[in-house]
Amino acid sequence: MSDVTSIVLIGVGGQGTILVSKILTHALMSHGYDVKMSEVHGMAQRGGSVSTQVRFGKKVHSPLVGKGEADILVAFEKMEAARGLGCLKQDGILIVNDFEIVPLPVAAGRVPYPDGILDALSDKVRTIAFDAAGTAEALGQTRAMNVVLLGALVEALSLEALNVRDSVAELVPEASREVNLLAFDAGRDMARARL
Amino acid sequence: MKSLWSGNEATARGIYEAGVSVGSAYPGTPSTEIFESLEQYPDVYCEWAPNEKVALEVAYGAAVGGVRAVTAMKHVGLNVAADPLFTASYNGVRGGFVVITADDPSMHSSQNEQDNRHYAKAAKIPMFEPSDSEDSLLMMKEAFRLSERYDTPVLFRTTTRVCHSKSIVEAGERETVEAKPYEKDTAKYIMTPANAYARRPFVEERTRRLMQYAETTPFNRTEMNGTKIGVITSGIAYHYAKEVFPADASFLKLGFTCPMPPEKIRAFAAAVDTLYVIEELDPFIETFVRTLGLDCIGKPTVPEMYELNPERLREALFGTKPAYQTLPEKHVARPPALCPGCPHRGLFVTLKKFKNAIVTGDIGCYTLGAAPPLESIDCIVCMGGGFTLAQGLAKAFDASGRDDRVIFGLVGDSTFFHSGMTGAVEMIYNRARTKIVPIVLDNNTTSMTGQQENPGTGMRMRGEVAQVVPIERVLEAIGFAVIVVDPQDLDKMKAACDEAVKSEAPTAIVTRRPCVLIKRLRKARRRCIVDREQCRKCKRCLSVGCPAIFFKDGASFIDQTLCVGCTVCLQVCPFDVIKMAPLEVKA
Repeated sequence: MSDVTSIVLIGVGGQGTILVSKILTHALMSHGYDVKMSEVHGMAQRGGSVSTQVRFGKKVHSPLVGKGEADILVAFEKMEAARGLGCLKQDGILIVNDFEIVPLPVAAGRVPYPDGILDALSDKVRTIAFDAAGTAEALGQTRAMNVVLLGALVEALSLEALNVRDSVAELVPEASREVNLLAFDAGRDMARARL
Repeated sequence: MKSLWSGNEATARGIYEAGVSVGSAYPGTPSTEIFESLEQYPDVYCEWAPNEKVALEVAYGAAVGGVRAVTAMKHVGLNVAADPLFTASYNGVRGGFVVITADDPSMHSSQNEQDNRHYAKAAKIPMFEPSDSEDSLLMMKEAFRLSERYDTPVLFRTTTRVCHSKSIVEAGERETVEAKPYEKDTAKYIMTPANAYARRPFVEERTRRLMQYAETTPFNRTEMNGTKIGVITSGIAYHYAKEVFPADASFLKLGFTCPMPPEKIRAFAAAVDTLYVIEELDPFIETFVRTLGLDCIGKPTVPEMYELNPERLREALFGTKPAYQTLPEKHVARPPALCPGCPHRGLFVTLKKFKNAIVTGDIGCYTLGAAPPLESIDCIVCMGGGFTLAQGLAKAFDASGRDDRVIFGLVGDSTFFHSGMTGAVEMIYNRARTKIVPIVLDNNTTSMTGQQENPGTGMRMRGEVAQVVPIERVLEAIGFAVIVVDPQDLDKMKAACDEAVKSEAPTAIVTRRPCVLIKRLRKARRRCIVDREQCRKCKRCLSVGCPAIFFKDGASFIDQTLCVGCTVCLQVCPFDVIKMAPLEVKA
């Protein structure tokens, strides 16, 4: 199934991973690809890890991405990158948001938040790490960090003909369209400089 | 037009296109979005019922009334609704009637892993097993035609991965279905023992006719490639098998799996050298294949537990291990927790103070009261079990003479209407000597599944105003004295528990405060803030298990973006160093 590309998005409930996969799959479908997308609902709203998987190509069967199968892993949070690492191909690309969301055991002071995550990740796989939250904040909307990461993902996909920008414009709320388009472009620039 | 839809969205579309008039369901992951999508088609009447049995009966009654009707539930919901299903199988239908069961392999959001395909066989009704969203739409429409043609309820069995993964679907038009005239037909619709006895051969004859359907339906499809390997498969496992087996493997994809097509299976098996049966959970198809005297590779080579995926299949069948990197030392768990401001927190903080108490819990967000640091629940079994488990424990202590314990039995508001009420009746009718305090955690919504309305909320599925069924008046009518309390006021919460424990008369508590996630209730909120200079580092505030409270750099800290100002931490702080932050006024 080498003609199928697999992408995994991982983050924490509320970070907007689902909107990103919606925009991406919208663009992929408009381009004529067969697309499948999978997500697990349930406890996500209550602070758990969330992961969305997207697969596209001429014909896609499984909606799931197994261990060592993802071409690109996008982590919306640092520690989630370490958690999701197993799904990435040995020669795949990891895009990671240099951003921390503290889980309950850390908040309670029972265990520390792991240090040196980004270095450890870079030692293992090809890693593009940058502060998407800071980029979005500079644009005036921290929440748009998800679309910054989408921009980086699209750059890493290097599909010239794929028009994701129009899908961003169509699917984000009208009031935040401008800032999301800027966020998208900023993410692409950020990744282009690091690829 | 082509759309990228989840299995649940496509299922709802199939219901709409099939010309269905009535739908009744109870929410439960992974089935919930079927009715949340169906709600968007005004031509279909749809509702949340108090429980799955009620939902199935209402939908079935509508089918008896001559229109097409549907019900949906999660796998354990069908346990609740099984009673009417088995007799509806004998009665048959007038309008088409489809029962959707959404199973949850790997228990992503469930208390057990059950393969509900056995229900179709046990109730002797036909069953469809969709593999993706397109199947979901097409099979749903066929299920209604089949139901009417063969005079039977139809089971539509889907799974989490089919429900929640999106694939491309082409939507069609809604079929116009005339309501059938209602006619009294007591021999068919009253299953007295004599009528049931007389009806029994019809059920067997129907199964024989359905077997012919199974042989010819395009939903049982042979894809012949090579003759070396043949794979019989169903549901999502079909797509996994397509990824895993070589391109020259042939497939028998079974979309209709009850009753099974023996001739089709025999012919397929004869055409290939090695036969595999690839299915998720129990060997349902495989057992049938083996009764035909056919040899195959199936369980336990293919795991019988948990969700399958291509990677597990590859390893099980060919010993292929994937290559990948890990960093286990660089991540810690993110256990789910009650939300900041969750009204249940105050109750659990209070219950923890009753050292000699036993707490029986139930299914809902408040199941999280069992998790650290609250750890306030002793046992949980099922929806509505919070009261009756307490009653059973009390009877055990009555019998063993250890009746000095207090038992708190918890149910949520939706759970109270679901099946908690009957437990409340049991507690009065067969009153135990051991003290039981039943508590209804009324957060004015069915929150765990995404804030659905219920009989206590005053609203219906589509937001129409409904008459409220008041929980405290139901409890009073059953025979309890009732204390209604705001669980977020810790002093009052404790006083309510003390009073109920001491009371001679059976006394129930209703903790009443709306869920913080209810959209229509979001308002300007206060925040709590720690005076970090004064913090004495006792960490008492961390014991309430709030995701907004951290301990960092030697003092407690409250994340102002997460806090909603519920003040539970403020109330437990022994040194009064947590204060209300000044109200922010938006410019």
